[in-house]
Amino acid sequence: MKHIHITLIVALLSLYLGFAQQTPAPKQSKAIAITGATAHIGDGTVITNSLIIFEDGKLTQVLDGTTVKVDGSKMDVIDARGKHVYPGFIVPNSTLGLVEIGAVRATNDDRELGSWLPHVRSLIAYNAESKIVESMRPNGVLIGQITPRGGRIAGTSSVVQFDAWNWEDAVIKEDDGIHMSWPSPFVRGRWWLGEDPASKPNKNYDAQVNEISDCFNATKAYMQGDRSTVNLPYEATNGLFDGSKTLYINVGNEKGIIDAVNFAKSHNVKSMVIVGGYEAYKVADMLNKNDIPVLLQRVHSRPGRTDDDYDMPFKLAKLLHNSGVTVALETSGQMERMNSRNLPFYAGTTVAYGLTKEQALQLITLNPAKILGIDDAYGSLEVGKSATLFISEGDALDMRTNIITHAFIDGRLISLETHQTKLWKRYSEKYENQD
Amino acid sequence: MNRIKFAIALCFCSFALFAQDYFPKNDGVKTSNTNYHAFTNAKIYVTPTQVIENGTLLIKDGKIIASGKTVSIPKNSTVVDLDGKSIYPSFIDAYSTFGVKKPERVRGGNGPQYGPSRTGYYWNDHVMPENKAIEKFNFDSKSAKDLIKAGFGVVNTHIENGIIRGTGTLVALNSEADNSMRILNPNSGQYFSFSKSVTSRQSYPGSIMGSIALLKQMHYDADWYAKGNSKTRDLSLEALNANKNLVQIFGAGSRANALRADKIGDLFGIQFVILGGGDEYERIKDVKATNATYLIPVNFQNAYDVENAYLSRSLALSDMRAWNQEPSNPKVLAENGVRFAFTTHDLKSPKMFMSNVMKAIEYGLSKEKALEALTTIPAEVLGKSSEIGSLQKGAYANFLITSGDIFDKKTTLYENWVQGQKTVLEDMNITDIRGDYEFTLAGEAYKMTLKGSLSKLKSEITSDNKTRGSKVAYADDWVHISMTTKDSTEQKFIRLVANVTNPNALNGKAVFPDGNEMTFYASKTVKKDDKTSADDKKEATQKSAKETVPITYPNMAYGFDKLPQAETLLFKNATVWTNEDDGIMENTDVLIKNGKIAKIGSNLSDGSATVIDATGKHLTAGVIDEHSHIAAASINEGGHNSSAEVSIEDVIDEEDIGIYRNLAGGVTSIQILHGSANPIGGRSAIIKLKWGESADNLIYNDSPKFIKFALGENVKQSNWSSFARFPQSRMGVEQLYMDYFNRAKAYDEAKKSGKPYRKDIEMEVLAEILNKERFISCHSYVQSEINMLMKVAEKFDFRVNTFTHILEGYKVADKMAEHGVGGSTFSDWWAYKYEVNDAIPYNAAIMHNAGVTVAINSDDSEMSRRLNQEAAKSVKYGGVSEEEAWKFVTLNPAKLLHIDDRVGSIKVGKDADVVLWSDHPMSIYAKAEKTIIEGVTYFDIKRDEMLRAQIKKEKSELINQMMKAKNKGLKTQPIKKKEKEQMHCDYLDHQQH
Repeated sequence: MKHIHITLIVALLSLYLGFAQQTPAPKQSKAIAITGATAHIGDGTVITNSLIIFEDGKLTQVLDGTTVKVDGSKMDVIDARGKHVYPGFIVPNSTLGLVEIGAVRATNDDRELGSWLPHVRSLIAYNAESKIVESMRPNGVLIGQITPRGGRIAGTSSVVQFDAWNWEDAVIKEDDGIHMSWPSPFVRGRWWLGEDPASKPNKNYDAQVNEISDCFNATKAYMQGDRSTVNLPYEATNGLFDGSKTLYINVGNEKGIIDAVNFAKSHNVKSMVIVGGYEAYKVADMLNKNDIPVLLQRVHSRPGRTDDDYDMPFKLAKLLHNSGVTVALETSGQMERMNSRNLPFYAGTTVAYGLTKEQALQLITLNPAKILGIDDAYGSLEVGKSATLFISEGDALDMRTNIITHAFIDGRLISLETHQTKLWKRYSEKYENQD
Repeated sequence: MNRIKFAIALCFCSFALFAQDYFPKNDGVKTSNTNYHAFTNAKIYVTPTQVIENGTLLIKDGKIIASGKTVSIPKNSTVVDLDGKSIYPSFIDAYSTFGVKKPERVRGGNGPQYGPSRTGYYWNDHVMPENKAIEKFNFDSKSAKDLIKAGFGVVNTHIENGIIRGTGTLVALNSEADNSMRILNPNSGQYFSFSKSVTSRQSYPGSIMGSIALLKQMHYDADWYAKGNSKTRDLSLEALNANKNLVQIFGAGSRANALRADKIGDLFGIQFVILGGGDEYERIKDVKATNATYLIPVNFQNAYDVENAYLSRSLALSDMRAWNQEPSNPKVLAENGVRFAFTTHDLKSPKMFMSNVMKAIEYGLSKEKALEALTTIPAEVLGKSSEIGSLQKGAYANFLITSGDIFDKKTTLYENWVQGQKTVLEDMNITDIRGDYEFTLAGEAYKMTLKGSLSKLKSEITSDNKTRGSKVAYADDWVHISMTTKDSTEQKFIRLVANVTNPNALNGKAVFPDGNEMTFYASKTVKKDDKTSADDKKEATQKSAKETVPITYPNMAYGFDKLPQAETLLFKNATVWTNEDDGIMENTDVLIKNGKIAKIGSNLSDGSATVIDATGKHLTAGVIDEHSHIAAASINEGGHNSSAEVSIEDVIDEEDIGIYRNLAGGVTSIQILHGSANPIGGRSAIIKLKWGESADNLIYNDSPKFIKFALGENVKQSNWSSFARFPQSRMGVEQLYMDYFNRAKAYDEAKKSGKPYRKDIEMEVLAEILNKERFISCHSYVQSEINMLMKVAEKFDFRVNTFTHILEGYKVADKMAEHGVGGSTFSDWWAYKYEVNDAIPYNAAIMHNAGVTVAINSDDSEMSRRLNQEAAKSVKYGGVSEEEAWKFVTLNPAKLLHIDDRVGSIKVGKDADVVLWSDHPMSIYAKAEKTIIEGVTYFDIKRDEMLRAQIKKEKSELINQMMKAKNKGLKTQPIKKKEKEQMHCDYLDHQQH
């Protein structure tokens, strides 16, 4: 608590400590000003001695505070000199709140039976009180796109903020996108049948692509009929054609990306995003021409092939950025939920491999906001947008200095306590009392 | 005499040869054949080094009576004049499954099977020394025919199933005889492998290291059994002892496994004959050092089909090189004095055998060595040199008659004789009618070419420069040709037939579509030989051996051209993280000499040193990962609840790209831990990441001894459907330890008493723990079990060395400090299973504050290359100072591994295992620029840049070569994308299930 300067806020925070789950903060009732911080706007710009004011959950002032005086009587003032302010980080393509403990099947709600499940919605299974979700906040990760897994079409995602009583409370954008896995160019050998476990070219690739095409065509045919017998998958798929949903296609290889883009174009899909995109940099021109952004696979991952550059996953963001593609980082993969709090450090790593810090910041703020279609309210510190932001003692992209003192979602000062901080304190005290 | 009739006559005669004289006969009179066969004027390869020009081979009763220049031919001989032809001994395959049906894989069953399926035998179903190939043997005439066509006369067959496979059977491929004649040795050697039997579901062993341990233990037990110590009967041990004096053949199948097999042999005074993998050339010195004789397959790969530029991108350089380099393997073996025989093993069909041997010769193998590998060496291996593999007096009459040099593509293999029984493959007395002809029929002039092999002639006929459709058949001196008529609107044929009496002309008749006949005479215009002389010349100029791309160490992307050497290096003006009392020293020089840290100070100089300007950079000790699973061929032996008998040191994989990637993350030493499949796991390997060195050279000299223990969900098998193995609860885990340690104590006391005892590898290892000679690194999560193991250890008067993972260590940090155990933990992992529900990222800080030696580990080949960042998380979570946090991944793991006298800090006299970072080593923005182990730069960011370009270039060249091969019409294989399994604690080997 030593980092907090405003007594009022200390009082507010201590209220929450007694609860098992962190209590969502109430609506912002009074204007708040953050003074003197280095503000990282999220669009690539920085204001070194900034003044940030927000009221009723919205930013009203974001400017150079060198010559501006704040009226402390009308608002709570947080003196953040020497500190940094960032827009809340956004984690797309996430299963946060859908699974609590991976190995305990009863807590798993991230995948359904079947392969064509556009009608399956993640939002209603999203556990706003997940202990893992709350552990995102002390690292600055405040918004997520909650996404189902599995099948050819896994289902429909929604975008939520991470301080809520329930999923209705949490939702920022409901049913924003449909998530598809593009057929793989390789299939693994079935070792249990005595086959070589190495991967071989997928002979069914074309057939699998045709299956997707058939389903899209069937949706269009269905929509032209009287729809008297409701077909849930077709109804859901239609969002891709009327522009209400974005098509997220998980695909990494160059040819797959080309095929996926051509496929989506040929079906007049209004909006599409490449997810993964290991080789997206090789087809950047095509992506730019068609205005297709990339949710780039986890930065902290192994190179895709033995011979690949050891730093390939680290530098992909730079390669794509250089080509002008809109890139955001995603975190899916092994232990993805608990690892999502490392999102800022994924961005930090891209700096060591070519980007500037502000460019890297965009990968987890404004760019994902744009891709998810929430940039009217989130993703950057701009007047009129939601006051979803946090104050860090230092550079939030480096783990040594990502020490967060205050975080706000829609202007609400949220608790930074978690199941984990409570255990930390409980046992630290235990040993202190032993001395 | 008509040759066909002659052959049949011989057949009739030969039946008599194989009738057993004490058997009753009811289908005729008893006959015996005392005639000889004499083959004269031949070039006879008695052995590869003893060649007789214009010699005579005399055989009788399936055996060789004489071979030499002056052999007197008895009067009752059938004489065959082989003027200009050659005789070679028939080939021998010492690693065959001929006539033994492939055992069928057992299916079904609920859950794993831990016990054996049989009684009266050893406790493990996968060792079956009592098996005998002869009992499963059925002569397979069809396969025999294929082998005979490929030049083989004798094979040693076996049951290719299990870790110990029992005895083989030496068989002559004599289709005309029966087993009484063709079985040359019913128990001709004992076969081994590392692969489990497909006919039993018994879980153990579930890994190569388990197979190794099983083979060792069984040999100890056999010795103990032989001394009469067992109260019970064990037919397997009896068989193993009975087979001891036979040749011991190990089906290793790869260079790495060959070295592993040889080490087992060394332990028991057994020199295995080893089935190789064709990859021996990659580390030929190690292969040579085994002193073993190898059985070498020649299943050279086809080029990959690389036309699809997208798919071919996934092809690894190592796989491309294998295609390019493999054919040179026999040459490299021969040049390095490794004794080897060829085998058809792994070939889809023996048909490809000879062409692949010839390919090896094109790549530089001498013909003499090739012939040895086909004849004398396999004969010696099988202890039958006097009977097979040569054409010496007394040997079986197993020989080949050829038109010339057997390794020349143009040579025809005429006949393969096995035990005096002839198989005609090509008629050797047929007249060569190949060539160009001209003839006239009904006023029309024709040109005709006959080409191809004599048994499969091809024809080309033109008239008025138009090609006619034509077919030719040629046998027994009769040639039949059909060709289409000039009128192409209707299919009608003119037939030509001629009896060949003159090699330069065909004289016969033509039959027209209307039935009219007229005489036909075609004369040869140009001799075929003249035409090919141009080709010959071309070939002669290409005679030098085919080149392959150079190998690297390891032989894959990012390998070294030659092993790198230690250098004298002087780092100038660095920020030096000493991890010693001097703390973090700015603007400091460090001199590295003879693999050690020689000096630390300012303004250092050394005339012999390469100076590295480290201004603005940071120099630290190399990162040490206490918990790694990279660089190992297997990780878990989960077939038993204790596997102390296995060791990761036996299964190090020096070709894991993870080594290179870890170096790029500043890692220099790791402990490769066994997995967490069982409460008592296997022994660790503590290695340095000396990329390029052989597996054994990675292991620390005088390595501290460690073993993996594990607690909780994995050892209880909570997260997969297995309910048959004790323990199923944490309660059981404690009792398992109590049981094993009590037994180990009793074992150790018995051993120390000097009385005879049954050597038990598992107990030996556990006794080392009790005697404080071996340390435990225990996978652990929740506080109850952590506490429990410390109490168990205290009962037996030792301490647990390290708790690894230890995610609830913070709850018992005071108890840990008191016990004196270290904690090697994850920085921030949690929530992936129930027992990590209370895991917190502040764990390292709390344990550290309580006085526990703390390390941060990876258990993950991705995280391990960013352990510097993971250490930095302790600054965020719990406010550990940067200097102390840095020790979490350097000095502290060194202490936990008992290697801190050698590594872990920058101190004069310690090993020069250092990393030069571009920035503060715990900054997210830092990169390792140089990673040095004992003065050798194993990773250099600039060299890496160069290598990327080289890899691209080499791959393009190889792709081009493969495209050429495809365009030449050679067969191709589909692209494969090799992905190394990423191993964690929970990983179970599946290759052997």
